[in-house]
Amino acid sequence: MKLELAQREVNGSRNARSWRTILLGNGQLMAGVFIFALVMAVALFADGLALRPYDAMDLGNRLQPPGTGGPLGTDQFGRDLFSRVVYGSRIALRVGLIVVTIETVLGVTMGLFAGYYGGWVDRVIASVTDVTWALPPIVLALAIVTALGPSLNNVIIAIALVSWAGYARLIRTKTQGLKNMPFVEAARALGESDLSIMFRYILPNTFGLVIVLATLSLPGAILSTTALSFLGLGSQPPAPDWGVILNEGIRHLYDAPWISVFPGLAIVCTALGFNLLGEGLRDVLDPRMKV
Amino acid sequence: MLEYSVRRLALGVLTVLAVTLVLFSVMQLMPGDPIRLLADPGRVPPHRIEELQRQWGLDRPVAVQYLYWLGNLARGNFGHSIISGQSVSVLIASRLPFTLVLALTSLLLHYLLAVPLGLLAAVRSGSRLDRAIVVITTALRTIPGFWLAILLMLLFAIRLRWFPISGYQGLSSLVLPVATLTLPMLGGTVRLTRAEVLETIGERFVLTAYAKGLGHRAVRLRHVLRNALIPVTVMFFLSLPWVVGGSVIIENIFAWPGMGRLLWGSITNQDLPVVQGIIMVIAILTVVCNTIGDVISGLLDPRVRIELEEGR
Amino acid sequence: MNMAKLLQVSDLRVEFLTGRGTVRAVGGVAFQLDRGEVFALVGESGCGKSTTALAVMRLVPPPGRILGGSIRLRGDDLLTLDEDSMTQVRGRHIAMIFQNPMVSLNPVYRAGAQVQEAIVLDQVPKNEAWRRAVDLLGRVYIADPAHRALSYPHELSGGMRQRVMTGMMVSRQPDLLIADEPTTALDVTIQAQVLDLLLELRDRTGMALLIITHDLGIVAEIADRVGVMYAGSLVEQGPVFDIFEEPLHPYTRLLMRALPRLTKGQGSLHTIPGQVPSLIQLPPGCPFHPRCPDRMEICSTKMPGLTVPAGGREVACYLHGVGERQ
Repeated sequence: MKLELAQREVNGSRNARSWRTILLGNGQLMAGVFIFALVMAVALFADGLALRPYDAMDLGNRLQPPGTGGPLGTDQFGRDLFSRVVYGSRIALRVGLIVVTIETVLGVTMGLFAGYYGGWVDRVIASVTDVTWALPPIVLALAIVTALGPSLNNVIIAIALVSWAGYARLIRTKTQGLKNMPFVEAARALGESDLSIMFRYILPNTFGLVIVLATLSLPGAILSTTALSFLGLGSQPPAPDWGVILNEGIRHLYDAPWISVFPGLAIVCTALGFNLLGEGLRDVLDPRMKV
Repeated sequence: MLEYSVRRLALGVLTVLAVTLVLFSVMQLMPGDPIRLLADPGRVPPHRIEELQRQWGLDRPVAVQYLYWLGNLARGNFGHSIISGQSVSVLIASRLPFTLVLALTSLLLHYLLAVPLGLLAAVRSGSRLDRAIVVITTALRTIPGFWLAILLMLLFAIRLRWFPISGYQGLSSLVLPVATLTLPMLGGTVRLTRAEVLETIGERFVLTAYAKGLGHRAVRLRHVLRNALIPVTVMFFLSLPWVVGGSVIIENIFAWPGMGRLLWGSITNQDLPVVQGIIMVIAILTVVCNTIGDVISGLLDPRVRIELEEGR
Repeated sequence: MNMAKLLQVSDLRVEFLTGRGTVRAVGGVAFQLDRGEVFALVGESGCGKSTTALAVMRLVPPPGRILGGSIRLRGDDLLTLDEDSMTQVRGRHIAMIFQNPMVSLNPVYRAGAQVQEAIVLDQVPKNEAWRRAVDLLGRVYIADPAHRALSYPHELSGGMRQRVMTGMMVSRQPDLLIADEPTTALDVTIQAQVLDLLLELRDRTGMALLIITHDLGIVAEIADRVGVMYAGSLVEQGPVFDIFEEPLHPYTRLLMRALPRLTKGQGSLHTIPGQVPSLIQLPPGCPFHPRCPDRMEICSTKMPGLTVPAGGREVACYLHGVGERQ
């Protein structure tokens, strides 16, 4: 009892403390912001950073180790691995952002409708998510890619289609909690339409949750799409997709292991950055948020 | 409990039916049909192509094709591979055990590691050890499985030569794929176990248990663990299909002769019947596992049981 | 007979370390209980009465800790015992009923099993323990106890759960039963039944009762003596009749006035102006002085000690003599 009292005071004091101390005090968030900024910078300034075009072959310099053959070595066509990994960040970020945008729009809309209307709308959306969850996401994505044919765009569609359901469920719960709040009832009394209430009154109140969700699902999106590219179902060579590079590297495990190491490091770095960013944001926005 | 289990199973069957419908529709969207893809129209006479289409039932209305296919599925007849002509059920049956061995071993090992680590983190909550366990296992989650596989191959198969790099040559071949599947999963279970234990320790009934005179050990075993491990146990069954899904990619890297490798090969060859068959098997496995999870959760937690018997 | 009091708490201090600072939940509380006596600790929520009760059981949850003082059970200081010896004390010598039996019983075990679990601790074979558990459930007025023993907590009503809890806690025949808000979550009729049950058990076994409550009605009904707590301190204690008849401390007086008196048919309900102080930053001097209608100059500078006017009463207020805090 006493403890709750004290806890409430601690939370209440958050407004009083300046946001700067909160941000700086949260090491996780700062690390996330730093890595995020680094990856963004690499993607933005790829043209300046890269030593050569990502597809420039140099057959005289095949499979050179890091050092003699550029900072990260060269691949089986003598292409500069560093340049390929740098350009790869553009693909990874673009793909991640598109996937997350699609699944956010889909999931948030579905969640809003399911939570706001309840009843049969809720049940229909729930059964769609149930069917989505009747297969492990990667298997469902494989099925969709099989149907649509291998290409990066189809992989993006497949991954987005298999991962919106989680969003929908969380937004649904949040909407159910918000729809009986006084400000929503006031809006209803003023004659606002359902759509307007959902998107202009309820949606803004879910932004914190949505931002955290989107940030936390970005690494998953990048991981899944590179996995499919690795299997040869997404980006096609000579694209410098990290998955494609790894796929090429696995054939040279014995004579050129570096090809298989650096793209993976890039993936881990990016994923870690977004995870830290997302969890840091969650802690700052609402530590009790269930994500 | 029995009534509930039956109801749950019926729901599972409905979900499987829905999956067949979705799967069938998705496959109908495929560009071009496999006969035309395989048989070069320049060299195979048109009547032969029609004959093949008839043979595979590809000339009938879509709805009839679906029902026909469903009827076959129900009899365990998944059709024949377009590539090898082998029965799909036989093909899958020869590969499924490999996948199940890989998935179950990984899942068991993962639980043997993650649950004690989660308990340790909870007991030492707030300490440096707790931080280290959570941070390390969570960081493992950001490593893509296929890259971890490559790293393990480089280190343990190529550099140290402890384990075979790929294929199936007995038990030692299992080590690297199992490690690849296990490590990235640890974080989730460690966190779940830790969170559940910490939440249960804070429950009032734990105070009650102390108040009536139970010692630390008895309270921890009979009141904290007994309650906290319910969701952890249920999660075991819910994650089995996910591990099978994850093994699709890992099997291909390690040339493990399981269902995932067959699936990928069939996808690249557009071998529709095999792809459909494998996805159906995985869907059924998923639904069965979810049902088992629900039933177990009812068995372990009387609150769930009552809720379900009264029919939500 | 043993000369020592059954329970003698002196200068008990409990703190909670929070991110915001140290919460002084209990600051030097002292009281005692005789065999068979019913003592009530009363106060507003957050005044430290529940923490005091938990401290007697040595079950203050972290980040709370007992800073000092002594809790003597028949002369032996519980605060000096090791954890194993304390485990021997709990349930056997001092047991405790918690508020809100909904969350205080383990949801995954049957009611009977939770009682049985306590009885088994006294080296009773399991079958015999189950038989006794069913018997006990009958004695706390649960109808059809053999059947109800097989129920899970969520299948029982609030009153029944509280009776299961009571049966469980008296099953090892403790010398002292602490009841923390034993009737808070219950209907009025059930409340009366639970209180009657506690008194009946007291009469039958001779155990003492320490009741924690915010409800003066319960105090009047059940207690022999009462202690009034405010902001972590006992401000007044004495026989229940005297305190109701002539409250000495200004806080007690206000508390009495806030009590709706149906008998006199008064419509107005008095409330105490001001707020309970933050336990992190207690005002200097008497913790009640900011809200006190009779405050004097000294009240805001020095904490009053307990003075003993007459008739087994104690009060911490300068209105009643200049006792200083030891």
